Amino acid sequence: MSWPAILVLAAGVYAMKALGPLVIRRRELPERGRSLIALVAVPMLAGLVVVQTATDGSRFVADARLPAVAVAALAVWRRAPFALTVVLAGATSAVLHIVFTR
Amino acid sequence: MIDGRAAEQRTRHGARATARRPLGGLVGRAVGIGLATGAYGLSFGALAITAGLSLPKAAAMSALVFTGATQLSVVGALAAGGAVAPAVASGLVIAGRHVAYGIAVAPLLPAALRVRLAGAHLVIDESTAMARAQPDAPSGRLAFWVTGASVFVCWNAATIAGALIGRAIADPAALGLDAVFPAAFVALLAPQLTTRAAREAALAGAAIAAAFVPFSPAGVPILAAAAAALAVGWRRA
Repeated sequence: MSWPAILVLAAGVYAMKALGPLVIRRRELPERGRSLIALVAVPMLAGLVVVQTATDGSRFVADARLPAVAVAALAVWRRAPFALTVVLAGATSAVLHIVFTR
Repeated sequence: MIDGRAAEQRTRHGARATARRPLGGLVGRAVGIGLATGAYGLSFGALAITAGLSLPKAAAMSALVFTGATQLSVVGALAAGGAVAPAVASGLVIAGRHVAYGIAVAPLLPAALRVRLAGAHLVIDESTAMARAQPDAPSGRLAFWVTGASVFVCWNAATIAGALIGRAIADPAALGLDAVFPAAFVALLAPQLTTRAAREAALAGAAIAAAFVPFSPAGVPILAAAAAALAVGWRRA
């Protein structure tokens, strides 16, 4: 990732954060707009889970990531903290890599 | 940083404690939220290094972009072999909720332009939720600044610490790092599935992304998944 890419990302996010405080100030957003904005990250995160768990970017692949992400889902369901969830998934995948490559 | 709804739930307890002990309770709660995001920042720093970013770039991302889900999604897409442009585009769309946050906290910021410019950078999930959980404008204003500053300090310090840990790890592939990004996204997504609209949007997004995978370059399926929010959000409003 290049420096210009980081700066473009930072400028874009800052512009969105600053839109309310600098431009809109005291007006309310319509209800439909608010519900849309509140929802937008949800399907994208779900898409990221599917693409990064079950594909190699262009094809569907089943490997150690599937059981590892299942472990993560279980950990989240059991209310494990963020860092523990990530570590459990990594450990599951690592153990599977070690077991099946030897 | 983690997500709005969970932050709001956490800060609701904070608001109750604040009613009893005005200043100390609020500041203590804000510091607690900062420390909690530190654990997440540690993960981001380590993951950014394994995705190929240098330590200065990982640190600059946390200081300048300063929104967790977007930073993690961009770095995760790069780690999975995606191109930079669609990764940045997806990260920007994921950050779209900050428009609503900025509008929500705008009345709490003073008129001085320089202060508003600085305040805008601190518009994140936690500072917005904390500010909105307060009973009146003065404590809302205080909650916004203290929470924003606390998260900013912890998030950036944790990113650098995490990046140092990431650099110390000799062979990332042996540690199962292929699974940590999707696991992190599960942890980010789950607390947001509290409404039926959110669950529908998540299912639709997953289906759209899966459908696009065989036909489109990396990153495009995630952008396409955002359309699910349009469909569900438009119908529900």
